[in-house]
Amino acid sequence: MTMAAENGDLRLVSLTKRFGIFTAVDDLSLTIPQGGFFALLGASGCGKTTTLRMVAGLEEPTSGKVQLGGRDISRLRPYKRPVNTVFQSYALFPHLDVFENVAFGLRRRGIGDIRAQVERMLALVQLEGYGKRRPAQLSGGQQQRVALARALINHPQVLLLDEPLGALDLKLRRQMQIELKRIQTEVGLTFVHVTHDQEEAMTMADTVAVMNAGRIEQLGAPAEIYEFPSTPFVANFLGQSNLLAGQVAGRSGDDILVSAYGSRFSVPAARCRAVDGDVYLGVRPEKLHLAPDSDSVPAGHQWVTGVVSDSSYVGVSTQYLVRTPWGTEVSAFASNAGVLAQVPLGAHVVAYWRPDHAFLLGREAGAGDATQPLLEPVP
Amino acid sequence: MSVLAHLPAETPAQQTRRGHSRLLPYLLLLPGGLWLTVFFAVPAVQLAATSLYDPSGSLQEGYAMTWEFGNYADALSAYWPHFVRSLVYAGIATLLCLLLGYPLAYAIAQKATRFKNLMLVCVIAPFFTSFLVRTLAWKTILSDNGFVVGLLRDVGILGSDGRLLATSVAVVLGLTYNFLPFMVLPLYASLDRLDGRLLEAANDLYASPVRAFAKVTLPLSMPGVVAGTLLTFIPAAGDYINAELLGTPNQYMIGNVIDSAFLVRLDYPQAAALSFILMAIILAMVFVYVRRAGTDEVL
Ligand SMILES: Nc1ncnc2c1ncn2[C@@H]1O[C@H](COP(=O)(O)OP(=O)(O)OP(=O)(O)O)[C@@H](O)[C@H]1O
Ligand SMILES: [Mg+2]
Repeated sequence: MTMAAENGDLRLVSLTKRFGIFTAVDDLSLTIPQGGFFALLGASGCGKTTTLRMVAGLEEPTSGKVQLGGRDISRLRPYKRPVNTVFQSYALFPHLDVFENVAFGLRRRGIGDIRAQVERMLALVQLEGYGKRRPAQLSGGQQQRVALARALINHPQVLLLDEPLGALDLKLRRQMQIELKRIQTEVGLTFVHVTHDQEEAMTMADTVAVMNAGRIEQLGAPAEIYEFPSTPFVANFLGQSNLLAGQVAGRSGDDILVSAYGSRFSVPAARCRAVDGDVYLGVRPEKLHLAPDSDSVPAGHQWVTGVVSDSSYVGVSTQYLVRTPWGTEVSAFASNAGVLAQVPLGAHVVAYWRPDHAFLLGREAGAGDATQPLLEPVP
Repeated sequence: MSVLAHLPAETPAQQTRRGHSRLLPYLLLLPGGLWLTVFFAVPAVQLAATSLYDPSGSLQEGYAMTWEFGNYADALSAYWPHFVRSLVYAGIATLLCLLLGYPLAYAIAQKATRFKNLMLVCVIAPFFTSFLVRTLAWKTILSDNGFVVGLLRDVGILGSDGRLLATSVAVVLGLTYNFLPFMVLPLYASLDRLDGRLLEAANDLYASPVRAFAKVTLPLSMPGVVAGTLLTFIPAAGDYINAELLGTPNQYMIGNVIDSAFLVRLDYPQAAALSFILMAIILAMVFVYVRRAGTDEVL
């Protein structure tokens, strides 16, 4: 990355926002390199929108700073910031038609001859010919695309997108994702993207941050977070995980030994977030395989036994729930690539995994297994 | 035939429900429509007839219907200065109401938060006393030995023998005061509806607060502005109490002329003709105004 690029970094320094006694954003610090695509994930109400509003200047931080290219912009009025927002609520101007909504930012900056630019932007969000309509005459998804076009046309240094594609159907959403990514790389804009669509976050972003209750729980490349989550929250927020409650029982060379429910397991030390006390042994469902008995488990794997309690055929894979002898359930995704027969309900199986696919997380004393099966309980 | 045959037949219950919903708007119109017919349309026709009676008749001897369209020409040529004065006074008062009322309504709607209801009550509070009493109070406020005149004389805005009472200024001030709530309430209603997030969006899109006001707040509050100016201008143009109490015959408005034609001079045909001219002028002005303001929601 060049020096000039580094100069445009967006940096949040100990950013905090309190509403009364409630802390919406808690001491948030992060750096987003210029031209980066940053995705912010987190449960509803965890402070994503509030964070974006502080970057846009619509909310004054209780403490902390927002820096853009080394310059502190915390006290800069919103209209002076080279930042635009695609609002979660769209906030389209009801008295202006679609064309004027999209042209609003250009007009305020006194840019002439905007017709071609606006038309091009409307074509990009597939709304050619809608220029004369009022927002009230558009569907939800169309309004969302106008909101997107209205912000994108300004080519701001930083574009804040607050769930910008949530109202679109899958096909249109994929198309918009490709367009967004294309513009972002072509123009070199910095994107901060809030989404509830994990797949969207993983495929589009260079860096993903998972937020929980106003704090960032983990930040990193999508694969890094997925393969080696740092907290139980992240492990079950980004994708799902089987988390078995256990205790660290010692160390053997490069492996940490864990005892859980009377069995011994081991995890490579490099994949351990905690190396003593109460821990979770985590395995992603797609890394859990089923075998009819322990003799069929390939060498070097570890396993738990159980009974298939539910299965759900979802096309590319079949998702099984396996009830363990101690009563909790683990889930396993079996790829449907082969010609493997479906495992019937009630079958006794062994669920096995490679130790280096597992990970170890710290656990609050007393917390039990934490698996959030995607499967709906079958009545 | 074939198309109709495929439609599911409506049950009698559905038919009556459909019938009800089609009748409903008319049912809703009925009470108000009846009221207006009896107490507005019929008297208006009566008044129109009166305006065309032979002016040489009198109340005691009765009037003859002679289709005297000349009544209108006579009334207009005798009293056109009063018409002009009414429109000018009402126009200035409306403008003052807008200038005073807009910031007030804006503050109540957007900034008052906890005191909103209290402030609204304050706006309506003058209605708790009679229009006449309040205007008489202004007579005291503006009187030659009142504190307002004293202050203005001290500051030098008024000469040492300058006065407010019995001037055009007093009449316009009285009109402004009396009709201010009619401006504030519709303005408040439209500003209260304004979504603050739109202003944030405008700010985000490089509009300074001033530009955001001009491009977002003002256009979105236009229905309130139009309604407020109409509710102020129309009654102000027909008012006669303010000119009567705060002015002199030199400040008399068309309302005063109509008042005296009906009640003092007992010239009913002329009074009726004057009333119709005023109505026609106001209707024409409102029509042009609403067309220009382009708010189809108001009328
Ligand atoms: N103006 C405010 N006053 C008080 N509390 C607020 C205010 N704005 C937000 N909050 C609270 O701050 C928290 C974070 O809100 P925020 O809008 O940032 O959530 P979010 O992560 O964007 O959620 P979602 O995914 O539902 O959009 C919420 O609990 C919310 O209730
Ligand atoms: Mg939000």
